[in-house]
Amino acid sequence: MDRLLFLLATGLARGAIFALFALALVLIWRAARVVNFAQGAMAVVAVYVAFAVTGLTGSYWIGLASALVAGGLMGLVVERGVMRFASHASPLSGVIIAIGVVMVLQSALGIAFGSNTRPMEAPFSESPIVIGGVPVLSPYDLFVLILAVGLMGVLALLFTRTSLGLQLRASAFAPEVSRLLGVRVTRMVTAGWVLASAVGALAALLLVPTELGLNPHSADMLFVSAFTVAVVGGLDSPPGALIGGLAVGVLISLVTGYLGATVAPIAVLVLLVAVLLVRPGGLFATTEARTA
Amino acid sequence: MSAERTDARGALRAAERTGAELRLEGLTVGYGGAPVLRGVDVRVPAGTIVALLGANGAGKTTLLRTVSGLLPAASGRIVFDGVDLAGVSVEDRARAGLAQVPEGRSVVAELTVDENLRLGGLQRFRGRRLTAAVDGIYGMFEPLARRRRAAGHQLSGGERQMLALGRAIIAEPRVLLLDEPSLGLAPRVVAQIMAVLRGLRDERGLTVLLAEQNVTSALAVADHGVVLNLGEVVADRPAEDLRTDSALRHAYLGF
Repeated sequence: MDRLLFLLATGLARGAIFALFALALVLIWRAARVVNFAQGAMAVVAVYVAFAVTGLTGSYWIGLASALVAGGLMGLVVERGVMRFASHASPLSGVIIAIGVVMVLQSALGIAFGSNTRPMEAPFSESPIVIGGVPVLSPYDLFVLILAVGLMGVLALLFTRTSLGLQLRASAFAPEVSRLLGVRVTRMVTAGWVLASAVGALAALLLVPTELGLNPHSADMLFVSAFTVAVVGGLDSPPGALIGGLAVGVLISLVTGYLGATVAPIAVLVLLVAVLLVRPGGLFATTEARTA
Repeated sequence: MSAERTDARGALRAAERTGAELRLEGLTVGYGGAPVLRGVDVRVPAGTIVALLGANGAGKTTLLRTVSGLLPAASGRIVFDGVDLAGVSVEDRARAGLAQVPEGRSVVAELTVDENLRLGGLQRFRGRRLTAAVDGIYGMFEPLARRRRAAGHQLSGGERQMLALGRAIIAEPRVLLLDEPSLGLAPRVVAQIMAVLRGLRDERGLTVLLAEQNVTSALAVADHGVVLNLGEVVADRPAEDLRTDSALRHAYLGF
């Protein structure tokens, strides 16, 4: 029972990171109808920036801020530089361009920093707090949960309560109509990429201290898990990303705890296949399918 | 950006929000093969309603989409309030006051009635003024006021057309392009929409180019009628003539 509680709590904290990263995938999918396969590599570039800045300044928080900025800039550069020119005739062209971006970024990181893993310190203790003799979750897990949930709340407000959010949603749902109403849709697509890439960078930054450390491939597994989350939740659904993320986090935590770490990826893939068989649009997909 | 284009945009922005003249001169549009519009000349004087009539496939939708900038013109000019719109983007045309209600009602299905209206108004108004503008539309279309939290996809056909029209006029456009607003609607709703157009012309001096297959309804509000056939203007007459002269009507409109 104690163990179950611990696994659930750490699973939720891990799941919150998956949810954030999946949310970034969802935001770009909605804005540009592209699954951003480069998001892991782009996020890792931002984490390297944070690593360097923290090393220079000694402050985790300045590093965190610079990861957000670097992530946003990556989104800007990748969208304006290459993804904008992807043909919309075939969904595959965006994917192939994204994979090209991954190769370029990972090689560049390897050349610049080497491929060895650098340990990254968490800003808070990672040993669990013990409540009534039961280890629950670490201060860092708590920090991750609060930050992730808080950020998602802010994003929800941005999208539902502001003019920018309304224009972002309208541009995603109905680009032509939005243009006829004077909305600068291409700018909104760029804004979606910037926002999503900053969120993805933060997710990767939060994850790395709980793993072995930082190397050019640090976010590869994060991408796979978050992609599963996005598909399970429905690529169009931000609430799906949140709930799917927490569910996959808990699933991985429980399977790892009871059956071993090697079984966890299999469990994730089983979940993915099961959802695709039962509800191909994702659990939270809206009923009207959009083909346009 | 050329200096000429900057001037054009500046002139568009500075203009007052009353109706503007729209002029098409020798407009030719093609999708690659044979042109869909051939040398079309249409003049819509400021503060008037011109009905654009013609059978399915005559080129009405193509004409409207070219004016709003969604389709490129092969040759010819589109002149809005004296300014040639060549090289002006769809977004900038809309911001300058050229509003289009596309065919099929074009309500954003995922957004609520309120959000659709705010989207239409927010390039021109923010904050309280935007809310006031939205309330103004609810005053014009009572049925929408009762459904402000409903999503676009939950609306009836008539409600969608009211919303599409309300969203286009909320930003006080200078020229309104309408593509078949009466399509599939009950006569009562069609009459209501035509009454709104007449009111906007008479009170605000709005300029309207109204593409319609419902000839009777369109000519009842229009000042002038232009008949398109296979991409060419075959008649350009005062609406009164087309309404009353049965020989003309029979020759151009087939009834």
